[in-house]
Amino acid sequence: MSTVDILFYLLSAFAIVSATMVLISKNPIHSVLWLILVFFAISGHYILLNAQFLAIVNIIVYAGAIMVLFLFVIMLMNIKKDAEPQKQLLVKLTGVVAAGSLLTLLIAVVKQTTQIQDKQVLLKEGSIGLIHPLGQALFTDYVIPFEISSVLFLSAMVGAVIIGKK
Amino acid sequence: MSIQYYIILCLTLFSIGVVGVLTRRNAIIVFMCIELMLNAVNLLLVAFSKMYHGAALQSAANTTAGIDAQIFVFFIMVVAAAEVSVGLAIIVMMYRNTHSVDINFLNRLKN
Repeated sequence: MSTVDILFYLLSAFAIVSATMVLISKNPIHSVLWLILVFFAISGHYILLNAQFLAIVNIIVYAGAIMVLFLFVIMLMNIKKDAEPQKQLLVKLTGVVAAGSLLTLLIAVVKQTTQIQDKQVLLKEGSIGLIHPLGQALFTDYVIPFEISSVLFLSAMVGAVIIGKK
Repeated sequence: MSIQYYIILCLTLFSIGVVGVLTRRNAIIVFMCIELMLNAVNLLLVAFSKMYHGAALQSAANTTAGIDAQIFVFFIMVVAAAEVSVGLAIIVMMYRNTHSVDINFLNRLKN
Protein backbone atom coordinates (compact mmCIF):
# COMPACT_ATOMS: atom_id res chain seq x y z
CA MET A 1 0.00 0.00 0.00
CA SER A 2 1.58 3.26 -1.10
CA THR A 3 1.56 6.58 0.72
CA VAL A 4 -1.12 7.93 -1.58
CA ASP A 5 -3.44 5.04 -0.75
CA ILE A 6 -2.90 5.51 2.96
CA LEU A 7 -3.62 9.24 2.62
CA PHE A 8 -6.76 8.49 0.63
CA TYR A 9 -8.13 6.15 3.27
CA LEU A 10 -7.18 8.48 6.12
CA LEU A 11 -8.83 11.49 4.48
CA SER A 12 -11.91 9.47 3.58
CA ALA A 13 -12.36 8.17 7.11
CA PHE A 14 -11.78 11.69 8.44
CA ALA A 15 -14.39 13.14 6.08
CA ILE A 16 -17.02 10.51 6.84
CA VAL A 17 -16.53 10.66 10.62
CA SER A 18 -16.71 14.47 10.59
CA ALA A 19 -19.80 14.42 8.38
CA THR A 20 -21.49 12.02 10.78
CA MET A 21 -20.58 14.29 13.68
CA VAL A 22 -22.30 17.18 11.85
CA LEU A 23 -25.51 15.19 12.15
CA ILE A 24 -25.01 13.94 15.69
CA SER A 25 -24.00 17.22 17.34
CA LYS A 26 -26.79 18.85 19.29
CA ASN A 27 -25.15 22.26 19.35
CA PRO A 28 -25.33 24.01 15.94
CA ILE A 29 -21.94 25.65 16.49
CA HIS A 30 -20.32 22.25 16.89
CA SER A 31 -22.01 21.18 13.67
CA VAL A 32 -20.47 24.14 11.86
CA LEU A 33 -17.01 23.32 13.23
CA TRP A 34 -17.32 19.67 12.17
CA LEU A 35 -18.47 20.75 8.72
CA ILE A 36 -15.34 22.92 8.42
CA LEU A 37 -13.31 19.78 9.16
CA VAL A 38 -15.19 17.96 6.37
CA PHE A 39 -14.26 20.76 4.00
CA PHE A 40 -10.61 20.50 5.01
CA ALA A 41 -10.70 16.75 4.36
CA ILE A 42 -12.22 17.36 0.93
CA SER A 43 -9.52 19.95 0.23
CA GLY A 44 -6.98 17.28 1.13
CA HIS A 45 -8.59 15.04 -1.45
CA TYR A 46 -8.29 17.82 -4.03
CA ILE A 47 -4.59 18.17 -3.27
CA LEU A 48 -4.23 14.41 -3.62
CA LEU A 49 -5.87 14.68 -7.04
CA ASN A 50 -3.48 17.55 -7.90
CA ALA A 51 -6.37 20.02 -8.21
CA GLN A 52 -4.51 22.67 -6.25
CA PHE A 53 -6.58 25.64 -7.39
CA LEU A 54 -9.82 24.00 -6.28
CA ALA A 55 -8.24 22.99 -2.97
CA ILE A 56 -7.33 26.57 -2.19
CA VAL A 57 -10.67 27.93 -3.42
CA ASN A 58 -12.47 25.33 -1.34
CA ILE A 59 -10.66 26.42 1.80
CA ILE A 60 -11.03 30.14 1.11
CA VAL A 61 -14.64 30.15 -0.09
CA TYR A 62 -16.21 27.31 1.90
CA ALA A 63 -14.23 27.02 5.11
CA GLY A 64 -13.33 30.70 5.13
CA ALA A 65 -16.36 32.62 3.91
CA ILE A 66 -19.46 30.45 3.89
CA MET A 67 -18.93 28.73 7.22
CA VAL A 68 -18.05 32.03 8.91
CA LEU A 69 -21.35 33.34 7.56
CA PHE A 70 -23.12 30.36 9.12
CA LEU A 71 -21.35 30.98 12.43
CA PHE A 72 -22.33 34.64 12.33
CA VAL A 73 -25.98 33.81 11.75
CA ILE A 74 -26.05 31.16 14.49
CA MET A 75 -24.41 33.48 17.00
CA LEU A 76 -26.68 36.34 15.94
CA MET A 77 -29.76 34.25 16.66
CA ASN A 78 -28.61 33.12 20.08
CA ILE A 79 -30.22 29.71 19.76
CA LYS A 80 -30.27 27.72 22.96
CA LYS A 81 -28.48 24.43 22.92
CA ASP A 82 -31.59 22.37 23.60
CA ALA A 83 -34.05 24.65 21.86
CA GLU A 84 -34.28 22.47 18.79
CA PRO A 85 -37.31 20.24 19.15
CA GLN A 86 -36.47 16.71 18.16
CA LYS A 87 -38.34 14.91 15.48
CA GLN A 88 -40.15 11.76 16.46
CA LEU A 89 -38.07 8.64 16.53
CA LEU A 90 -40.15 7.12 13.75
CA VAL A 91 -39.45 10.07 11.43
CA LYS A 92 -35.74 9.87 12.19
CA LEU A 93 -35.68 6.14 11.58
CA THR A 94 -37.53 6.60 8.31
CA GLY A 95 -35.00 9.18 7.17
CA VAL A 96 -32.04 6.97 8.01
CA VAL A 97 -33.63 3.93 6.33
CA ALA A 98 -34.50 5.92 3.22
CA ALA A 99 -31.00 7.36 2.82
CA GLY A 100 -29.45 3.98 3.67
CA SER A 101 -31.42 2.22 0.97
CA LEU A 102 -30.47 4.94 -1.50
CA LEU A 103 -26.81 4.39 -0.61
CA THR A 104 -27.09 0.61 -0.87
CA LEU A 105 -28.86 0.80 -4.21
CA LEU A 106 -26.33 3.22 -5.70
CA ILE A 107 -23.35 1.22 -4.43
CA ALA A 108 -24.85 -1.95 -5.92
CA VAL A 109 -25.22 -0.15 -9.27
CA VAL A 110 -21.63 1.12 -9.09
CA LYS A 111 -20.33 -2.35 -8.26
CA GLN A 112 -22.13 -3.89 -11.23
CA THR A 113 -21.30 -1.29 -13.88
CA THR A 114 -18.71 -2.82 -16.15
CA GLN A 115 -17.69 0.41 -17.92
CA ILE A 116 -15.93 1.80 -14.85
CA GLN A 117 -14.67 -1.52 -13.55
CA ASP A 118 -10.98 -0.96 -14.28
CA LYS A 119 -10.84 2.82 -14.65
CA GLN A 120 -8.08 4.48 -12.64
CA VAL A 121 -7.97 8.02 -11.28
CA LEU A 122 -4.74 9.89 -11.95
CA LEU A 123 -3.36 10.87 -8.54
CA LYS A 124 -0.67 13.53 -7.93
CA GLU A 125 0.04 13.85 -11.65
CA GLY A 126 -1.53 15.76 -14.51
CA SER A 127 -1.43 19.54 -14.71
CA ILE A 128 -5.08 20.43 -15.41
CA GLY A 129 -5.72 21.36 -11.81
CA LEU A 130 -3.08 24.07 -11.70
CA ILE A 131 -3.88 27.76 -12.00
CA HIS A 132 -2.36 28.32 -15.43
CA PRO A 133 -4.44 25.87 -17.52
CA LEU A 134 -7.57 26.57 -15.47
CA GLY A 135 -7.22 30.33 -15.93
CA GLN A 136 -6.61 29.92 -19.63
CA ALA A 137 -9.76 27.80 -20.03
CA LEU A 138 -11.79 30.13 -17.80
CA PHE A 139 -10.91 33.26 -19.75
CA THR A 140 -11.14 31.78 -23.27
CA ASP A 141 -13.80 29.08 -23.51
CA TYR A 142 -15.80 30.00 -20.43
CA VAL A 143 -15.55 33.77 -20.39
CA ILE A 144 -19.30 34.32 -20.92
CA PRO A 145 -20.41 32.10 -17.99
CA PHE A 146 -17.74 33.82 -15.92
CA GLU A 147 -19.22 37.23 -16.68
CA ILE A 148 -22.76 35.96 -16.11
CA SER A 149 -21.72 34.66 -12.70
CA SER A 150 -20.71 38.21 -11.75
CA VAL A 151 -24.25 39.33 -12.59
CA LEU A 152 -25.52 36.45 -10.45
CA PHE A 153 -23.41 37.70 -7.55
CA LEU A 154 -24.72 41.21 -7.98
CA SER A 155 -28.32 40.02 -7.93
CA ALA A 156 -27.64 37.76 -4.93
CA MET A 157 -26.12 40.71 -3.09
CA VAL A 158 -29.10 42.94 -3.88
CA GLY A 159 -31.50 40.16 -2.91
CA ALA A 160 -29.78 39.48 0.40
CA VAL A 161 -29.77 43.17 1.30
CA ILE A 162 -33.44 43.61 0.38
CA ILE A 163 -34.51 40.50 2.30
CA GLY A 164 -32.39 41.52 5.26
CA LYS A 165 -33.77 45.06 5.39
CA LYS A 166 -37.44 44.06 5.52
CA MET B 1 -6.68 4.51 -7.13
CA SER B 2 -9.78 3.03 -8.71
CA ILE B 3 -12.66 5.37 -9.53
CA GLN B 4 -15.03 3.11 -7.61
CA TYR B 5 -13.53 4.09 -4.28
CA TYR B 6 -14.13 7.73 -5.07
CA ILE B 7 -17.71 7.05 -6.15
CA ILE B 8 -18.43 5.12 -2.95
CA LEU B 9 -16.86 7.83 -0.77
CA CYS B 10 -18.89 10.55 -2.46
CA LEU B 11 -22.09 8.50 -2.28
CA THR B 12 -21.52 8.01 1.44
CA LEU B 13 -21.02 11.73 2.01
CA PHE B 14 -24.09 12.49 -0.10
CA SER B 15 -26.21 10.01 1.84
CA ILE B 16 -25.10 11.52 5.14
CA GLY B 17 -26.30 14.85 3.76
CA VAL B 18 -29.63 13.27 2.80
CA VAL B 19 -30.03 11.85 6.31
CA GLY B 20 -29.39 15.31 7.73
CA VAL B 21 -31.98 16.95 5.50
CA LEU B 22 -34.56 14.30 6.37
CA THR B 23 -34.01 14.05 10.13
CA ARG B 24 -32.99 17.46 11.48
CA ARG B 25 -35.47 20.26 12.18
CA ASN B 26 -33.08 23.17 12.53
CA ALA B 27 -33.16 25.07 9.23
CA ILE B 28 -29.48 26.01 9.50
CA ILE B 29 -28.39 22.39 9.92
CA VAL B 30 -30.55 21.39 6.97
CA PHE B 31 -28.85 24.10 4.94
CA MET B 32 -25.42 22.86 6.05
CA CYS B 33 -26.31 19.34 4.96
CA ILE B 34 -27.19 20.69 1.53
CA GLU B 35 -23.70 22.23 1.40
CA LEU B 36 -22.29 18.82 2.33
CA MET B 37 -24.14 17.21 -0.58
CA LEU B 38 -22.84 19.90 -2.95
CA ASN B 39 -19.30 19.21 -1.80
CA ALA B 40 -19.67 15.46 -2.31
CA VAL B 41 -20.75 16.11 -5.89
CA ASN B 42 -17.82 18.49 -6.38
CA LEU B 43 -15.33 15.87 -5.23
CA LEU B 44 -16.85 13.28 -7.57
CA LEU B 45 -16.63 15.73 -10.50
CA VAL B 46 -12.94 16.32 -9.84
CA ALA B 47 -12.30 12.57 -9.55
CA PHE B 48 -14.04 11.94 -12.88
CA SER B 49 -12.08 14.79 -14.44
CA LYS B 50 -8.80 13.18 -13.38
CA MET B 51 -10.00 9.79 -14.60
CA TYR B 52 -10.77 11.21 -18.02
CA HIS B 53 -7.52 13.17 -18.08
CA GLY B 54 -5.48 10.10 -17.22
CA ALA B 55 -7.07 8.19 -20.09
CA ALA B 56 -6.48 11.07 -22.52
CA LEU B 57 -2.85 11.49 -21.46
CA GLN B 58 -1.97 8.12 -22.96
CA SER B 59 -2.74 9.26 -26.50
CA ALA B 60 -1.58 12.90 -26.35
CA ALA B 61 1.19 14.21 -24.13
CA ASN B 62 0.01 17.72 -23.27
CA THR B 63 -3.75 17.54 -23.54
CA THR B 64 -6.09 19.51 -21.33
CA ALA B 65 -8.93 17.00 -21.60
CA GLY B 66 -11.00 16.90 -18.46
CA ILE B 67 -10.47 20.52 -17.52
CA ASP B 68 -14.17 21.29 -18.09
CA ALA B 69 -15.18 19.36 -14.99
CA GLN B 70 -12.91 21.47 -12.83
CA ILE B 71 -14.37 24.64 -14.35
CA PHE B 72 -17.82 23.25 -13.52
CA VAL B 73 -16.73 22.71 -9.92
CA PHE B 74 -15.54 26.29 -9.81
CA PHE B 75 -18.93 27.51 -11.05
CA ILE B 76 -20.74 25.26 -8.57
CA MET B 77 -18.75 26.93 -5.79
CA VAL B 78 -19.66 30.36 -7.19
CA VAL B 79 -23.36 29.51 -7.29
CA ALA B 80 -23.19 27.94 -3.81
CA ALA B 81 -21.71 31.13 -2.38
CA ALA B 82 -24.52 33.22 -3.89
CA GLU B 83 -27.11 30.69 -2.74
CA VAL B 84 -25.81 30.71 0.84
CA SER B 85 -25.97 34.49 1.09
CA VAL B 86 -29.61 34.60 -0.03
CA GLY B 87 -30.59 31.47 1.93
CA LEU B 88 -29.14 32.74 5.18
CA ALA B 89 -30.90 36.07 4.65
CA ILE B 90 -34.16 34.15 4.28
CA ILE B 91 -33.45 32.16 7.45
CA VAL B 92 -32.71 35.38 9.36
CA MET B 93 -35.97 36.87 8.09
CA MET B 94 -37.84 33.75 9.12
CA TYR B 95 -36.24 33.89 12.56
CA ARG B 96 -37.30 37.49 12.92
CA ASN B 97 -40.91 36.62 12.11
CA THR B 98 -41.33 33.40 14.07
CA HIS B 99 -38.47 33.56 16.62
CA SER B 100 -37.53 30.04 15.69
CA VAL B 101 -35.59 28.24 12.98
CA ASP B 102 -37.75 25.13 13.20
CA ILE B 103 -38.73 24.11 9.69
CA ASN B 104 -42.00 22.62 10.92
CA PHE B 105 -43.28 26.17 11.39
CA LEU B 106 -43.07 26.67 7.66
CA ASN B 107 -46.14 24.67 6.73
CA ARG B 108 -48.46 27.56 6.08
CA LEU B 109 -48.68 26.72 2.40
CA LYS B 110 -50.17 23.37 3.35
CA ASN B 111 -53.80 24.42 3.60
